[in-house]
Amino acid sequence: MSILVIVEHDNSNLKPATLNTIAAANAIGASVHLLVAGSSCQSVADECSAVEGVEKVLLADDVAYENQLAESIANLIKSVSSDYTHILAPATTFGKNVLPRLSALLDVQQISEIIEIISEDTFKRPIYAGSCIATVKSNDSIKVITVRATAFDPVNTSGGSATIDSVSAEGVSDLSSFVGEEIAKTDRPELTAASIVISGGRGMQSGDNFHLLETIADKLGAAVGASRAAVDAGFVPNDYQVGQTGKIVAPDLYIAVGISGAIQHLAGMKDSKVIVAINKDEDAPIFQVADYGLVADLFDVLPELSEKL
Amino acid sequence: MKIVVPIKRVVDYNVKVRPLGDQSDVDLNNVKMSMNPFCEIAIEEAVRLKEAGTATEVIAVTVGKTDSQEQLRTALALGADRAILIECEELLEPLSIAKALSKVIEEEDPKLVILGKQAIDGDNNQTGQMLAALLNYAQATFASKVIIEDDAAVVTREIDGGLQTIKIKLPAIVTTDLRLNEPRYASLPNIMKAKKKEFDIKSIGDLGIDVSSRTELLCVELPPERQAGIKVESVDELLNKLKTEAKVIS
Repeated sequence: MSILVIVEHDNSNLKPATLNTIAAANAIGASVHLLVAGSSCQSVADECSAVEGVEKVLLADDVAYENQLAESIANLIKSVSSDYTHILAPATTFGKNVLPRLSALLDVQQISEIIEIISEDTFKRPIYAGSCIATVKSNDSIKVITVRATAFDPVNTSGGSATIDSVSAEGVSDLSSFVGEEIAKTDRPELTAASIVISGGRGMQSGDNFHLLETIADKLGAAVGASRAAVDAGFVPNDYQVGQTGKIVAPDLYIAVGISGAIQHLAGMKDSKVIVAINKDEDAPIFQVADYGLVADLFDVLPELSEKL
Repeated sequence: MKIVVPIKRVVDYNVKVRPLGDQSDVDLNNVKMSMNPFCEIAIEEAVRLKEAGTATEVIAVTVGKTDSQEQLRTALALGADRAILIECEELLEPLSIAKALSKVIEEEDPKLVILGKQAIDGDNNQTGQMLAALLNYAQATFASKVIIEDDAAVVTREIDGGLQTIKIKLPAIVTTDLRLNEPRYASLPNIMKAKKKEFDIKSIGDLGIDVSSRTELLCVELPPERQAGIKVESVDELLNKLKTEAKVIS
């Protein structure tokens, strides 16, 4: 058995969800190889070679992979796939974009967003916004899998001494090209990696009012999130969204402010260690999952909370 | 420019789904079914491109049982010009659905295919990308903005941490994210008009594709239940609990 994990990175650093994905690979079995596809990304390969539990790093360093567009990356992975029984990627927008394309190229039915490994071919995954958990067995000869990062503890970034092998660019496609990127600049931690998350819902009433959450986030070293309702209402950008169709988070502390607790939101945060809900509607479903509920007007609570932190 | 929009009939998003008593699958008896919300966004985008004069025809397609006609009728009422049902009694996996769609798309030869990024039943988020691979089309997933330029589309994508803009050659696959547009409601006159629109039914058996299952569903169960905690009366009490009891802040 040999497992390939597709590394998510920005050509300089490894993205943390990769470490959780490697942990899932280790739980399936040995031996774990990583594929780093990028441009001028030797530093990422070096970082990968030090990661615990990794046997080999494949490095495809070519300008064609600078922006990791799905068409070329999927072809590249396919070109090395015959050596592997499992191909894993994090269930981030990167993994979700690339892996199903690979899966169809290999004529394999992908298993998406696994949260538990039962055996080398059987996995648990949430369906219907996490209302149910399905146990699925794959009968394909290669298992193509995306991994929900919050369900697996990350492996250590040191202690490994993997070899780095270069692989040449294969199947470079000109179907798509990169135009530009707007990555939100913030000093706050990334939503999916933060140990504390404070999220606002429709109850925030406007995007301007999110500064009330930001002030508290900065005092706690927290990330700021939002419910789909708040995104739909245009209060904040979509990358704030926590839920079935947004990001899945599982921080030590999740503070839900003015969020009613629709199934689709709960799907994104109910594995948080401690949940706090602040809502003036005492019947809001969010209180059914909250460890600590405060029934109050958020416009009274937030300034007080900020002052007392 | 012709646009094909594959859609899916799913459990309505307001329904809380539960496993069957024997845990063999989810219980879909007597639950309300609707068009997948992301598919509504896909239809809306295609119809807007037609209204803007960019597209000439919008074709809604689905792979499913006879009752999926209901969602195709909705698509027609929302502005699609014609509909194709690829009839299939079994529930297919995304790979098989993508294969079936690829056959119809090869026949229709559209410039653009728009799909929802995921269906809210299986939450797989696969079909669009698979279809792109099978057709060797470019793909732009999780789109929040689509601009058509001659033989290409410039698409802004929702990615972790922000937005990415890419240019894709047409024909191509676009999958929709939430902020792409706000779908309209079907008006009564349009629902009536939809009844007169062209509606084709094909049998999946005639497409000459392998739709055998690659996976087995062994069990469907409820997730571990999270117990409701306590209500606190004040901010002071909350902070005290978080510091001394939960120990998550200092």
